[in-house]
Amino acid sequence: MAKRIDVSGLNAYYGNFRAVEDISMTIEPRTVTAFIGPSGCGKSTFLRTLNRMHEVIPGARVEGKVMLDDENLYGANIDPVAVRRTVGMVFQRPNPFPTMSIKENVAAGLKLNGVRNKKVVDEAVERSLRGANLWNEVKDRLDKPGAGLSGGQQQRLCIARAIAVEPRVLLMDEPCSALDPISTLAIEDLIGQLKEQFTIVIVTHNMQQAARVSDRTAFFNLAGVGQPGRLIEIDSTEKIFSNPSVQATEDYISGRFG
Amino acid sequence: METPRDTSAPPSDPQPNQGAASAASHLAGSSPQRGRSSLSDGGNTGRRGDAIFKLASSGSGIALLVIMAAIAAFLTVRAVSAISADHGNFLTTSDWQTQADPITFGIAAIAIGTLISAVVAMVIAVPVALGIALFISHYAPRRIAQALGYVVDLLAAVPSIVFGLWGALFLVPHMIGVNAWLNQYFGWTYIFHQNEPGTQPRSLFTVGIVLAIMILPIITAVSREIFLQVPRAHEEAALALGATRWEMIRTAVIPFGRSGIISASMLGLGRALGETMAVATVLSPSYVINLHILDPAGSTIAQTIANQFGESQGTGRDALIAAGLVLFVITLLVNGAARLIIARRKEYSGADA
Ligand SMILES: Nc1ncnc2c1ncn2[C@@H]1O[C@H](COP(=O)(O)OP(=O)(O)OP(=O)(O)O)[C@@H](O)[C@H]1O
Ligand SMILES: [Mg+2]
Repeated sequence: MAKRIDVSGLNAYYGNFRAVEDISMTIEPRTVTAFIGPSGCGKSTFLRTLNRMHEVIPGARVEGKVMLDDENLYGANIDPVAVRRTVGMVFQRPNPFPTMSIKENVAAGLKLNGVRNKKVVDEAVERSLRGANLWNEVKDRLDKPGAGLSGGQQQRLCIARAIAVEPRVLLMDEPCSALDPISTLAIEDLIGQLKEQFTIVIVTHNMQQAARVSDRTAFFNLAGVGQPGRLIEIDSTEKIFSNPSVQATEDYISGRFG
Repeated sequence: METPRDTSAPPSDPQPNQGAASAASHLAGSSPQRGRSSLSDGGNTGRRGDAIFKLASSGSGIALLVIMAAIAAFLTVRAVSAISADHGNFLTTSDWQTQADPITFGIAAIAIGTLISAVVAMVIAVPVALGIALFISHYAPRRIAQALGYVVDLLAAVPSIVFGLWGALFLVPHMIGVNAWLNQYFGWTYIFHQNEPGTQPRSLFTVGIVLAIMILPIITAVSREIFLQVPRAHEEAALALGATRWEMIRTAVIPFGRSGIISASMLGLGRALGETMAVATVLSPSYVINLHILDPAGSTIAQTIANQFGESQGTGRDALIAAGLVLFVITLLVNGAARLIIARRKEYSGADA
């Protein structure tokens, strides 16, 4: 069910500005891969190229190949909409639909997929909310607005919404950056459970978090302002945090950066 | 994992005590000039400005209320005197005979005519306006969107008499064929049935079309602004779930703009209900209730007032005032209903997100 991602020679542009340069990496199925690196080095940009969300920004484009198992996401006859249904995404700021109830939020993706059967939808809503560790907190107020939850609950609601459509890959862009330590731990536990089903990629600025949740870690850096971001190295998390092969990685991790 | 920070740098202020002393002397220096402790001399600083402003603002507020109350009282007294002189039932009579003896008039026909023309205008204008607004905000390339937005704003500035002239001189002759077609294929719906096919289409339907074009710009302009305000995060949330552009608009944009769309429509409706010149130019008034909207029949409240005011005296004029009050009440009711709709789903409005 989970899929392998194989990126080769990927460049991402905003207009004429190249934000990300020549990235190649392999992400194994059922693993958690963490992206770390200084602000502005292109982590979010690269993450968004993995489900073709990059190109929804006017003027943005991508060069290179992203293979999902044996399909090139940027192939000629690939529908970006279908890609986004296979590769789900959770954003940095919780963004539940404010006009929808908790239940409608979780069911939104199913509705887009044409699932109308009430029983199927109800089951999927419960399964996803349980999967996101939110069910017990909201089961009595499923018809209340999703925007009425706390920040941490909203983020878990967004995770539930993303996993309800059963994607093969889940991308998370700093999912805990707006959350307190308890919500953060809840989401980290959740990531540990989700990786049994999904391939997970997570961007984080929190080294401890990367060390705690990920199997592999990729370090990105940029040569200077206005320069494109590059992948410096990707390796097992253990190795990156104990004995990285590049000096810049060690400097960044140990806080001697810049 | 953190390296210890270098904390041996000297504090940036070399002589902190001197800084404090100079601040103290500054404070002390200002005191004698004022002569008194600054806490107790509230009277002569900015307070007078406050008092003047308070007087001016509450004064004008009260003046406005008094003027409004005076107008309302005047209109109500005149309207009541007209209605008590009425030999027909003011609410159910269709006829408008204020010169004849006995005086009989009622708002039944003109109120219904007002509603019909406004409903026709809304049915045509709202979907088209929303379509244009969405096109401008979410589909068109930026340059085209800007040009189109400009044209729409320009359209909003055209005086209503111009629309009226266009309606009477261009639209009316061109509606003959449209009416025949509607009568032939949709005559069974009752409302599109023509009693006398082929007559000049100076009808409520034609009026509705002219009104639709008149209210289109305001509805478009307001809803475009609303659609542009939809947070990018909500749109991306929908797209990331695998929504097409139209699905994204349906899940994120339109629900978010719902109350704004209703407000925009109400602005348009208000204008359609009260429009005088365009209606008066197109419609040939007759005071009958006729739900076949293609027939040249019916009139609106605003048109009746405009047509009859010149030639009416005394009770006749008071009768027109009564009609005006009815129009006012209709507008109030419509706006109240819209507010109720908006308030009912307030917690889902997304306004605070
Ligand atoms: N919408 C955009 N339009 C133009 N340039 C952009 C846009 N978004 C990002 N960039 C630029 O692309 C580069 C990479 O940005 P990106 O958001 O991917 O960085 P990041 O690694 O995610 O940083 P952070 O850790 O702060 O989130 C930056 O130089 C940024 O200014
Ligand atoms: Mg980022």
